Amino acid sequence: MRYWWQFLWLLTLSAVIAHPLLAQPSTTEDNLGRRSGFADMSPTTQAMQRDDRQNPAMLWVADGETLWNSPVGSANKSCSSCHGPVASLRGAVVRYPGFDAASQKPVTLGERINLCRQRHQLATSLLPQDQRLIALEAVVAHQSRGMSIRPDPDTRLKPYRDRGEALFSQRLGQLNLSCAQCHDQQAARLLGGTVIPQAHPTGYPLYRLEWQGMGTLQRRLRNCMSGVRAEPFAYGSPDLVALELYLVQRAAGMPLETPAVRP
Amino acid sequence: MARTLINLPKSIRRGDTVEIQTLIAHPMETGYRPGSDGVILARDLIRHFKCFFSDASGQDLVFSAELFPAISANPYLAFHLRATGNGTLTLIWEGDQGFRQTETVALQVTD
Repeated sequence: MRYWWQFLWLLTLSAVIAHPLLAQPSTTEDNLGRRSGFADMSPTTQAMQRDDRQNPAMLWVADGETLWNSPVGSANKSCSSCHGPVASLRGAVVRYPGFDAASQKPVTLGERINLCRQRHQLATSLLPQDQRLIALEAVVAHQSRGMSIRPDPDTRLKPYRDRGEALFSQRLGQLNLSCAQCHDQQAARLLGGTVIPQAHPTGYPLYRLEWQGMGTLQRRLRNCMSGVRAEPFAYGSPDLVALELYLVQRAAGMPLETPAVRP
Repeated sequence: MARTLINLPKSIRRGDTVEIQTLIAHPMETGYRPGSDGVILARDLIRHFKCFFSDASGQDLVFSAELFPAISANPYLAFHLRATGNGTLTLIWEGDQGFRQTETVALQVTD
């Protein structure tokens, strides 16, 4: 009898741990004073992200799952031909961007998927804005939801990360503003009617209500650049990847929310 | 083919009031916005949504909605119905440029 109760207790505990609501960030700051953009959203937008049945980004996740299993390229291989079920990549995304030994440079998740297409599926690369690429990124990143961001410890990434840090505090554009001036110094204050977030990339690719669609961190960074009236860095440019590397380092330890919703 | 996500409660007892949640991938282009080239983008909206319940005794319209330009892309629609017995739900989205999406889901009740 006693064992039966213990079993029930374990079952309840595992149900609680696996519950999707607990995979979401809390609304408070962590012990380093960092808060996810999730905490500054309206309760209705938070509810949209919390409930997978309301979250429109789940359409991309569903699409990504189909793509994961569809063979492409002249090798006629699908992602699952090598990797198996997409759930096997749980935890793989929390360290991206990572270092690619073959090309001796850092690669983002999207670039890694494209490298897989070129090297193993013998297919053409997808453009950074291609919805199929974003869907694949979404489904892969979704597997790691709730896990802590753990940047790639590879020391060869250091110069790129340092470059990202320098770019973060470099003024640019006609407004002559750096990322740090808003997101470090003025975070939590208001810009127009909206709270300036601390700019932690915890939920990419994410569904942005302003876009009425799904986008990557690079799209968001380019938005900010046109916001300060600078010429946005090109998609996939080394400087954007360097910025990504620095931002992920800055958010190390925060839980991944993919696919997030932002206003 | 558009993508849809349809959610029903996992277990339904006869007589329960259940919530059906639907999401569909659709741009809901208003016809008022210029594209990046300055030309107005053609209107492309879902205009109607209908849900039928059918069983051996026939087919009933259980929910319908009209959609308008102010509704965002990828519209989320949720509605309630009383589950009186086993049957099939047929969900139909119809819109501009010949858009038509039909999905069916089984409604299973337990006593």
